[in-house]
Amino acid sequence: MRLRVEFTKFGKIRFTSHRDVARMWERAIRRAELPISYSEGFNPRPKMSFGLALSTCHQSDAEYIDLEIDPQQASTVAPDSVADLLTQHLPDGLEAVRVVEIDRKTPSLQQAVTSCTWQIDVIDTDEETAAAAVARALAAEELIMRRQRKGKDVVDDLRPQLINLEIIGPIITGPDISGPNEEGVRMVAELGTKPRSVRPSELLAALEPPLTEWRVTRLNQWITDDDGSRREPIPRQLSSSAPLGAT
Amino acid sequence: MTSVWPRLEHLLPQVQKPARYIGCEDGAQAPDHGPGPVSWLLTYPDTYEVGLPNQGLQILYEILNERPDAAAERSYAPWSDLEALMRRDRVPLFSVDNHLAATDFDVIAFNLSAELVYTNVLNCIDLSGIAVRSLDRKDSDPLVAIGGHCAYNPEPLADFVDFVVLGDGEEVVGEITTVLAEWKRGGRGPGTREGVLRTLAGISGVYVPSMYEVSYDGPRIAEVAPRFADVPEQVEKRTVADLADWPYPKSQLVPLTEVVHDRLNVEVFRGCTRGCRFCQAGMITRPVRERPAEQVRSMITNGLKRTGYDEVALTSLSTADFSGIQQVIADTVSEPGCDQVSVALPSLRVDAFTVGIAAQIQRARRTGLTFAPEAGSWRMRQVINKMISEDDLFGAVESAYSQGWRRMKLYFLTGLPTETDPDTAGIAELATKCAELGRAHHGGAASVTVSVGGFVPKSNTPFQWFGQNTSAELNRKIGLIRDATRRNRAVKLKWHDPRATLIEGIASRGDRRIGAVIEYVWRRGGVFQEWSEHFNHDLWLEAMVACGLDVDWYVHRHREEDEILPWDHLSAGLHKDFLWQDWRDALDEVGLEDCRWTPCYDCGACTGYGVEHVVASATPPAGGSQGTGVAQSPTTGTAVSVEPRLVAGVAPS
Repeated sequence: MRLRVEFTKFGKIRFTSHRDVARMWERAIRRAELPISYSEGFNPRPKMSFGLALSTCHQSDAEYIDLEIDPQQASTVAPDSVADLLTQHLPDGLEAVRVVEIDRKTPSLQQAVTSCTWQIDVIDTDEETAAAAVARALAAEELIMRRQRKGKDVVDDLRPQLINLEIIGPIITGPDISGPNEEGVRMVAELGTKPRSVRPSELLAALEPPLTEWRVTRLNQWITDDDGSRREPIPRQLSSSAPLGAT
Repeated sequence: MTSVWPRLEHLLPQVQKPARYIGCEDGAQAPDHGPGPVSWLLTYPDTYEVGLPNQGLQILYEILNERPDAAAERSYAPWSDLEALMRRDRVPLFSVDNHLAATDFDVIAFNLSAELVYTNVLNCIDLSGIAVRSLDRKDSDPLVAIGGHCAYNPEPLADFVDFVVLGDGEEVVGEITTVLAEWKRGGRGPGTREGVLRTLAGISGVYVPSMYEVSYDGPRIAEVAPRFADVPEQVEKRTVADLADWPYPKSQLVPLTEVVHDRLNVEVFRGCTRGCRFCQAGMITRPVRERPAEQVRSMITNGLKRTGYDEVALTSLSTADFSGIQQVIADTVSEPGCDQVSVALPSLRVDAFTVGIAAQIQRARRTGLTFAPEAGSWRMRQVINKMISEDDLFGAVESAYSQGWRRMKLYFLTGLPTETDPDTAGIAELATKCAELGRAHHGGAASVTVSVGGFVPKSNTPFQWFGQNTSAELNRKIGLIRDATRRNRAVKLKWHDPRATLIEGIASRGDRRIGAVIEYVWRRGGVFQEWSEHFNHDLWLEAMVACGLDVDWYVHRHREEDEILPWDHLSAGLHKDFLWQDWRDALDEVGLEDCRWTPCYDCGACTGYGVEHVVASATPPAGGSQGTGVAQSPTTGTAVSVEPRLVAGVAPS
């Protein structure tokens, strides 16, 4: 039995890394006594696989993890109750919101997810400046990003993976910044993940002028089907009792 | 009292590993402070990853928070990247629980387990926003306290701390809290700070450095005298009589980010009477107090269930000596649902019995085993009273290789008293022979890693009079081992930087005058000195010169019998004449048996405090000759069986 779990990551826990979150899941699964399958070999690991890593400091409304349940004990697991059970054993700030059973042949999250929608709040700018930067980016032929990879300078063009970018409007930063609250701008971006996942911070650095990140939230992950239509790894309207997958 | 979190939060995306600073662990508490309770900020003066697992700090955190008159939170030294931002934005040292400023607490209490963190202590005090020297502090400032093993020679930090706690903290933190609660009720008026410190000085186990006057005769100490008649001449350590009364931590903290020793830790006993003469921990934590096996079992079962960890470490100074070891391990590995649980035994004796235990718990992953013979020759091991025969070692190693382990790690000290070049060369010889045993089983896949550390004499041990080897001498000795093992591809050699050993030596047996050196180094940015990327050897030597102090006199000089040592007014219970006799015995190459299973030789640790060993088994564990008086296992013997049928032989009757 394979389960796909959607979970959220908000609050102080957003400062933990992807690897930290993986360890939290391992412990939560053991505490919940969820009968997960283990890999063979000298160092058995629980069979669980994550989707695209979320950067440290970013929060998310749309994280996913696939869990392989021990087939001999699958009958004891009711997918409907798993979300609450896991949330109870996860640390504050991580919440399992939906769980569905998926087909054994369902492609992994890493393979399937093609783009993500991000809410990006920026500071030290105003709406006009940000809107101009967005317009320039959308009109540009290419968006150059320079980065270091294995000690070498690599130049990437982000433009093909910039699927959408729009300004939502002005915001006032929350109560968690020093001094008086600052004015900022909220944007929403859809960024492609193939062949390589583009990070919101990379996009902000490639804008003209570059914008300063304040708070980034992953809103959705998308799977694009062969017909070009897109859907989420667990469609929102789907109730947890209906199996999902290749059948 | 307000949270610093709003000022901290936006700094965190700019630093490495921000999860170090958020708290949120499972088991973390958010105590109410209010005007009444005495608030303690329990601080580990190193990074979160190193400090979080500290059991002493976690035990006191729980005990204090269970009291209605106390509130305890935790703090760790911020890494240099965050420190720079905190200083720029004037964000003070903070607790990770409620993210309160350090000055919102009544006591800032540091746990000290190594000398090289001393400059971090000053840095944390300074980051709190209070004066680093205790005499410069205001009445309203928190009291600064230290405890932990290094507190047995607190003199280098004497000018910076308000009080010092010696020994087990479980009971004394309550007594201190009661005094401070009374002080708070009285309004903590101006001028009352010295009075409350004087009251604290009357609590057994509490040392208030400012209540003592140190006078010198040339470089030597002439006298350490209490300034008032009601201040004791000698401060005695605290010892909890029975660990069964203290089943802590009950809710071990489970961090959200990776830390060292990231597993469930259950302390199976405290104290060790093996009597290794170089080992300060074994000397200052006597007597042996075992936790009842039944309590160990329930702490393991409940702890694993609560935390979700898949590894438990049974901690102590020599876990194979625990009377209930076989039964506890057998029960743990056979517990339903524990088939994925691994058991770690961090401190192992060197013998085949121990390997048998390891075989029982490492059924799957048999990658490496670690032993600590400590010295390369039998003569040298008699001097240090670590009575491991070659038969013990080779028996253990043969048994381990034959049961599937391929990598051995061997720990040694060099620079020990009376050490000769043949003793040092013995390290290489032992390693070479172990590698040969491995080759017979695993061919080229077998390896032996040799870790060599330079010996630093510690206070309250028989070697406290010994003049430490110079860095040059330690380098020469490491060179001897390196030359002898260089051509052997199966032997890998690692060593501790002798320059760091030297600096540890300055602080280890330093007196109050070393405080100026610590301050000098700290003021010039010398923090995180136990981290190789920050360690600054030359700055320490420059500080010694600037303070007019002689490295040779402090580190390399043999002390004399009639000399007043800087810590003589602080007692771990051990009679000074016992330690001196043990030092003479060492020089005569005479070993001393473990008093757990042999008659008392009156070191003072039990008789002085009306406590005694709490040991479930009256007979020494099977196997090994290490001071147990029991015949050693034959060289070629395979592992001692640990099938349940044998358990009755050593289980508590």
